Amino acid sequence: MTQPSGAASAAPDADALVIAGVSHRFGRVTALDDVSFTVPKGAFCALLGVNGAGKTTLFSLICRLYDSTSGRIVVAGHDARRAPGKALARLGVVFQSRALDGDLTLAQNLAYHAALHGMGGRVARVRAGEVLELVGLSEKSGARVSTLSGGQQRRAEVARALLHGPELLLLDEATAGLDIRARAELLALIRRLISDEGVSVLLATHIFEEVAPQDHVVILHRGRVLADTTAEALASGGDLGAAFLAMTGAQA
Amino acid sequence: MRGASIAFAGIARREFLRFTRQRERFLAALVRPLVWLFIFAAGFRSVLGLSITPPYRTYVLYEVYVTPGLCGMILLFAGMQSSLSMVYDRETGAMRSLLVSPFPRWFLLGSKLLSAVLVAVLQVYAFLLIAWLWGIRPPAIGYLTVLPALVLAGLMLGSLGLLISSTIRQLENFAGVMNFVIFPMFFASSALYPLWRMRESSPLLHDICALNPFTHSVELIRFALYGQLAPLSLAVVLGCLLLFFGGTIFMYDPAKGLWRGRKGGRG
Repeated sequence: MTQPSGAASAAPDADALVIAGVSHRFGRVTALDDVSFTVPKGAFCALLGVNGAGKTTLFSLICRLYDSTSGRIVVAGHDARRAPGKALARLGVVFQSRALDGDLTLAQNLAYHAALHGMGGRVARVRAGEVLELVGLSEKSGARVSTLSGGQQRRAEVARALLHGPELLLLDEATAGLDIRARAELLALIRRLISDEGVSVLLATHIFEEVAPQDHVVILHRGRVLADTTAEALASGGDLGAAFLAMTGAQA
Repeated sequence: MRGASIAFAGIARREFLRFTRQRERFLAALVRPLVWLFIFAAGFRSVLGLSITPPYRTYVLYEVYVTPGLCGMILLFAGMQSSLSMVYDRETGAMRSLLVSPFPRWFLLGSKLLSAVLVAVLQVYAFLLIAWLWGIRPPAIGYLTVLPALVLAGLMLGSLGLLISSTIRQLENFAGVMNFVIFPMFFASSALYPLWRMRESSPLLHDICALNPFTHSVELIRFALYGQLAPLSLAVVLGCLLLFFGGTIFMYDPAKGLWRGRKGGRG
């Protein structure tokens, strides 16, 4: 068995994520239709779409929960189908639903997830300390996850996703269910990860306030990419939400 | 290789931690077979006459006969319960985060399976200890030779649970598994009554019991507990293990099975 953790190296300047002509069908239902876009290294990209647009399907394909019907997905220079181990090793994911075990402490949870990436013992403990510091939860290390607030749990999920030092962080509606303050804190954390840690981020959301004017935005609607530009260009001086509605409404 | 052993140790540690966190689960797992041993077996003692059948060399009390069957019961329930936790995990993100680990999927699922079985084997030994205090005392060597039998039977039943869990979509369906898998498997087996007894009442039922992989798990454990090997049962248990685990791998393969042809949640 090859060692899939941190050792896997990629071309240093490879794009964090390349989606090329990806289509996926569930039986007769086309969930994704020829989707293509790129997230450059160290960049932020917001994937906007209403419920059912195909965001979760796309994320599942990137995580290789299942294979796409056609097309190519490349994570940090590694083809997800041909070298799944290497691609997954460069990928950190925050799922919509909770991945941490509420009955166990934060430290126990992180030890488990570090082990899933082949990190054990002291290496794992040091790394757990680092990521907790990063998300501002150092003092909660011994607390059971179920005792944390909603915002803290989400930040803990981000810490979990960062354990193995991924190049690309996927966040699937990570702010769902958070109050305004917790959401702002989480978004600030994500922006800081990009600027300070050089992580690339793909954030799926339907909340337009989470997108800044200069952000790279991909609009997914009914499985197709409707726009691949910046929020500024999309809103063209107006409101991003209105522009989005006008665009998706025209397609309905 | 080192990374893989770390991953396995991590998965096993989580399984043990979860288990110790849920003390009720341990008690429930222990009380169930004890109720059967203390009450059911005591009541049946006078009803059922047993002849001398291998591996027993003398007439044995019904409690003695039923003990290996109850060991099997613990493994059966544990196997199905861990499959329940797989379904539950899939509804939370825990299963997804396991599957996005860069290790191959068969390895991850196998680690999860083996960890759950090791926890269940601990429960069996706790049960055997209480049974010993109750006067059911197989030869000392039996406690050692039964270990591989327990692990194999546990793996087989656990992989059946995994295979079932991969076809269940919702938690609620697990009640159906209890009714349609656990009870028939348990009652139509040699756990509670020897197969020759079964033949007297219904040859068809006897054949069904003889085909039931759970019967062979129980017989494998029964012989191993007396330091003997049951070759046919070993072959059946191994064969079923390969079949069920192979099926599980197929169902969890990204290119086919479970995730294919089904909507992956909210989009």
